[in-house]
Amino acid sequence: MTSNIDRRAFLRQAGLAGTALVIGFYLPGCKKQDGPEPEGSITLFKGNVDDVPEGTGINPFVIIDDQGNITLMAHRPDMGQGTYQSMPLLIAEELDVTLDQVTIKQAPGDKKYGDQGVGGSASVRTMWEPMRKVGAAAREMLALAAATRWGIDRADCDTENGMVINRKTDERLAYADLVAAAAQLPIPENPPLKSPDKFRLIGKSVARPDVPLKVRGAANYGLDMKKEGMVYALIERAPSFSSKVKAIDDSAVLAIPGVQKVLKTERILFKKRMEGVAVIADSYWAALQGRRALKVTWENDEVLLDTAAIYDKLRAAAQKEGVEVSSEGAFARAYAAAPVRLEAEYETPFAAHAAMEPQNALVEVRADSCEIWAPTQFPQWAQQEVAKTLGFQPEQVTVHVAFLGGGFGRRALPDFILEGVVLSKELGVPVKVVWTREDDMTQSPFRPGSVNRLQGGISSDGQLVALQHKVTTPSISYSLFPGMSGSNGEGGEMEPVNEHLYDIPNYQSRYVFADVDPIPLVWWRSVYSSTNVFAHECFIDELAEAAGKDPVAFRMAMLQTNQRNRKFLQFLAEKANWEKPLPENWARGIAMTHCFNTTAGHVVEISRNSAGKIRIERIITAVDCGIAVNPDNVKAQCEGCVVMGLSAALKPAITFTNGAATENNFHTYPILRINEMPQLEVHVVPNEEAPTGSGEPALPPLAPALANAISRLTGKRIRKLPLEDGLMG
Amino acid sequence: MSLIKLSVNGKSYQVEVAEDMPLLWVIRDFLGMNGTKFGCGIGQCGACTIHLDGQPIRSCSTPVLAAIGKKITTIEGISEKGDHPVQQAWIAEQVPQCGYCQSGQIMSAVALLNEKEAPSDADIDAAMVGNICRCGTYKRVRAAIHRAAADKREMLSKR
Repeated sequence: MTSNIDRRAFLRQAGLAGTALVIGFYLPGCKKQDGPEPEGSITLFKGNVDDVPEGTGINPFVIIDDQGNITLMAHRPDMGQGTYQSMPLLIAEELDVTLDQVTIKQAPGDKKYGDQGVGGSASVRTMWEPMRKVGAAAREMLALAAATRWGIDRADCDTENGMVINRKTDERLAYADLVAAAAQLPIPENPPLKSPDKFRLIGKSVARPDVPLKVRGAANYGLDMKKEGMVYALIERAPSFSSKVKAIDDSAVLAIPGVQKVLKTERILFKKRMEGVAVIADSYWAALQGRRALKVTWENDEVLLDTAAIYDKLRAAAQKEGVEVSSEGAFARAYAAAPVRLEAEYETPFAAHAAMEPQNALVEVRADSCEIWAPTQFPQWAQQEVAKTLGFQPEQVTVHVAFLGGGFGRRALPDFILEGVVLSKELGVPVKVVWTREDDMTQSPFRPGSVNRLQGGISSDGQLVALQHKVTTPSISYSLFPGMSGSNGEGGEMEPVNEHLYDIPNYQSRYVFADVDPIPLVWWRSVYSSTNVFAHECFIDELAEAAGKDPVAFRMAMLQTNQRNRKFLQFLAEKANWEKPLPENWARGIAMTHCFNTTAGHVVEISRNSAGKIRIERIITAVDCGIAVNPDNVKAQCEGCVVMGLSAALKPAITFTNGAATENNFHTYPILRINEMPQLEVHVVPNEEAPTGSGEPALPPLAPALANAISRLTGKRIRKLPLEDGLMG
Repeated sequence: MSLIKLSVNGKSYQVEVAEDMPLLWVIRDFLGMNGTKFGCGIGQCGACTIHLDGQPIRSCSTPVLAAIGKKITTIEGISEKGDHPVQQAWIAEQVPQCGYCQSGQIMSAVALLNEKEAPSDADIDAAMVGNICRCGTYKRVRAAIHRAAADKREMLSKR
């Protein structure tokens, strides 16, 4: 995979000099309560997203004012993955400023920043060079401005801690004194970048600037955005994804204090439209009370899917040939000729993202503009879709980005923002749409379930000579976007098994499309890798067993071509003491993968007690993501992947009854809690390769490593997730 | 609707709200303190944890009436400058990722450390089991609580 970004065009765009515009949002004033003056003053409406500061923008990312304040704009939304630090840090490294010297501000959606979407574990790996070039270009312009003032060569200037230093005289000029002149200079297209041995910030576990805000409750999330004159909107959802509103009885609703209005509305999810009934009120609580008192009659003329029918459909589809997505050698011939042949079918469930912050958006539609405050992974995508909905140009729509209370792929979509747009346009006031947890869990687009069929042939000397991986799963791109057939397996459905990790002479991947409309689907942390790798790595383990080989040795024999992955597996096996014997009733399992350009894997150690219950004793995780820009944060991301992977493997699935999701809150869709957290060690492979993804790659191999350990201990193969109830204890 | 007097973080407030309104929404939408978070609305996730007379409670499921005459403490009230030993330990261990659940995590941890000087892992499990973190920061939550406890003991021993 390579980045599609035209780096030169990016730098040119990102290097537009000029004074940054102030498009601030500050709501002064504090709403006084009636009655006696209380001791504690109440401020309901604050300036609760970052303003673009005044000052001279050397480029859109670097703004320096004459007081010497240096602001770096964090252009990528932060959902917990750390871009609020990592993007500015890459700039700061080359700009030669310390993080203490800069203020980081979250940028609104604006094409002058280039692509702002966060997903695909892509920010650091695609911005690694462009962000450093942004910093280096600014540094070069400042140094040249100083050199010109001193009448010396640029080569005789050093930069350090926000100063340019005259090497000959040791005179110093602060960036603040140079910024006006620097901004007039041409932007260098290829400014020199530091060699890794000169890095002061990159590769160090630098404390994240958002953490002090978050431990004080002072970080502003989407849900915290408030604006004077706004109304709250809660939307009663249809009993199935295809139900239509037949009749609304709001007689009891309007009697509730604070409720203002009830109206039919819709949720726009690209090609899908879902009807709902909005209750408008002056507080969340009043709107919720109103929603509870609302009576809606729904009608539905479509066949209502349930989980059993969905999996019958997937299993039947899995019998089809499907389309070939990738092939090397001649699988069919090699498989037919293999003395030992294995086949197995694996099933994975639908899953919800269940980010801790329910979906929400504050939207103000005016006659010729629209302003949005929302937790979105893709501010410019939201800007475009809002503009389309309103018949505006994107420039008429401002999207302020709040901290995201989790994202995991769900917040890529602008549907919850568009709900606010539809309502604010109709009502003529700012509208704050808030989803309940039940809305979030039952209405959110889901990770699709899958059926994976694998066939493998082993030679007489125990080598894997033929492997076929056939994935049967609904297509996310078909589910969301008009005009997509979804049937060619080129919408990411085959990731990462369209490329094989191991040296297998005859390998084929195939895809079978299965439609589960109208159930909405979307990317879930590590997307199809989260399900495909489960099947793939469990089957590799089955093949190793059939070949009579140790799972590490079996894999190692197939890692000759890619020496980096071979070293990775050695690293993981060493860290886990793979060769060390375990006590009785203990076992280890291993799995690894390569996705988002990163190699990651786990060894899971388990034990079985006298009652036959299995317990996870220890998880050893390794990741090779090139240079870890912030090693501690890479570890944190791996820890997150392990926990989310464990939840998906151990906890109940999302199921469907009569066309709607059954699980509706954390009691029916539980996720891992602290008492279930196993001992965990994360090891980052040290190297100086360019950075690759870190937010997702450690998730896919977790479930197969656990399943392989269980199979080894119990002799019974695990071919379905989540694990059967009662197995763990 | 009733005129209700509340004591929050040592200051008195007066609000006119429905008596059954959960404390969470009074604190967020009527007192303008946003640190306490809405996660599930049914007391399952712990994002809304606050202290009522020092005891951790789920503010999403506690009506405002239940707080009359009692002392409410929110994340904004545990320290002036964000330097409570638990907050400092949270920073030292770099616990938060998205951070949304962390106010609730910290409020549960503060209550635990008020009760126990040297909590065991089992004590931590018991006190923190009601606080979900979807980002998966549990390992660091545990480490931060042990660190805060150790820091507190060291501080006390120096006195």
